[in-house]
Amino acid sequence: MTTGEPLIVLDAVNKWFGPLHVLDDVSLSVGRGEVVVVIGPSGSGKSTLCRTINRLEPINSGTITFDGQPLPAEGKPLAKLRSEVGMVFQSFNLFAHKTILENVTLGPIKVRKEKPTAARERGLALLDRVGIANQADKFPAQLSGGQQQRAAIARALAMQPKAMLFDEPTSALDPEMVGEVLDVMTSLARDGMTMVVVTHEMGFARHAANRVIFMADGQLVEDAPPAEFFANPRSERARDFLSKILTH
Amino acid sequence: MNVLIDKFDVFAGGFWLTLQICILAAIGALILGAIVAVLRISPVPPLRAVGTAYVNVFRNMPLTVVMFFAAFGLPALGSNADFLRIPVIDSLFTRLGTDLPYFRFALIALVLYTAAFVCEALRSGVNAVPAGQAEAARSLGLTFGQNLRHVVLPQSWQASVVPLGSVIIAMIKNSALAGFFGVVGDLSATADQLTGAEGYAFIPVAIGISIGYLIMTVPLGALLDRIEKRQAVAR
Repeated sequence: MTTGEPLIVLDAVNKWFGPLHVLDDVSLSVGRGEVVVVIGPSGSGKSTLCRTINRLEPINSGTITFDGQPLPAEGKPLAKLRSEVGMVFQSFNLFAHKTILENVTLGPIKVRKEKPTAARERGLALLDRVGIANQADKFPAQLSGGQQQRAAIARALAMQPKAMLFDEPTSALDPEMVGEVLDVMTSLARDGMTMVVVTHEMGFARHAANRVIFMADGQLVEDAPPAEFFANPRSERARDFLSKILTH
Repeated sequence: MNVLIDKFDVFAGGFWLTLQICILAAIGALILGAIVAVLRISPVPPLRAVGTAYVNVFRNMPLTVVMFFAAFGLPALGSNADFLRIPVIDSLFTRLGTDLPYFRFALIALVLYTAAFVCEALRSGVNAVPAGQAEAARSLGLTFGQNLRHVVLPQSWQASVVPLGSVIIAMIKNSALAGFFGVVGDLSATADQLTGAEGYAFIPVAIGISIGYLIMTVPLGALLDRIEKRQAVAR
């Protein structure tokens, strides 16, 4: 699956929130087409890790490279980089004052300067792909959580990103809606999208991930294929974490 | 109470002049306040500093002092504020174009002072928009300006409109100071003229003046209440 140079490279990344060392010397590389799932206890820095990749969180030291280029600091170059990295949030963050279709077409029209008719056509196709084409003219608040999250995935895909970041995409959903979102993500993974997924869904990690990263206390503790990680976690922290979440 | 009927034209003239000051000052303060608000939330630290300094100066200085600076400071600097003699507009608001500059000075003071409060009302609206909205816009690659225009400001408007209305109501009442800084014939100067120069009893005159201000402020307050109710229903 992995070809050529990696798409995302983090090298010795450190970040502090005040005295709290949230990312402690983290190094990681993600190949093109690779699906990396990040798991770990809450407060371990996994969301922060995900958010540093499109610089929603600036880092204190180290380097992050995307597609061969170091992340730009500010301004237009940073906006361009962000347009190439799709992001899906735990709380959906759909634009509350715009319809679902407008949510999906805003980026292509304003950032990519696509023609509105072409953007709408592609937007509808994407909504169809995630199974909510019939909700196109509704507002976010009129949709269920699962539908909103699928719309958010369509919004990110509309930018035709080189990679997708998922920051706990199913954590705010009712249990019966988790499946529909994971289905969309699984099909994306199968189509060869490069994905970094922070999640607590161990089933998704098992069947869709190429690698599982386990984080604790800001450190990257383990990095292994899912079968190996779930069968034989090497560290005490990972064994402890898995025993807690897999006993129920 | 005969003064209200006998001198109705004086009251009406004062009302019209005060209304003119308020309309012009409200427009000016909304524009300047919006500019200062954009500075204060911009990602560029020096621009933020300029915006913050502006608000700190004009929000914390008494309006009377700002009026003093405008009425005595500007002439000392050799300015008659002639840039406010704007062609078409000065034919409707005739005092803008007169040789006596005090209407223009009062207007400048009122705009500078009120803009600081307008800025803070707009900013409180921006802060009421959940951070995730701006974050999602940034993650799509929208620039700061696009983010404000398409995502943040359309949603902040709802939360700004009521505090903004209070600021404008306060501004209407503050405009009463203009009469003490050389503006002849506005609503508050009317009181001075009728009681001082013409010897009418103070209380009936004060009642007349109050009615004049209430005609401007009460409907504005009622309008705000309606907007607020409509929003509550929409939610």
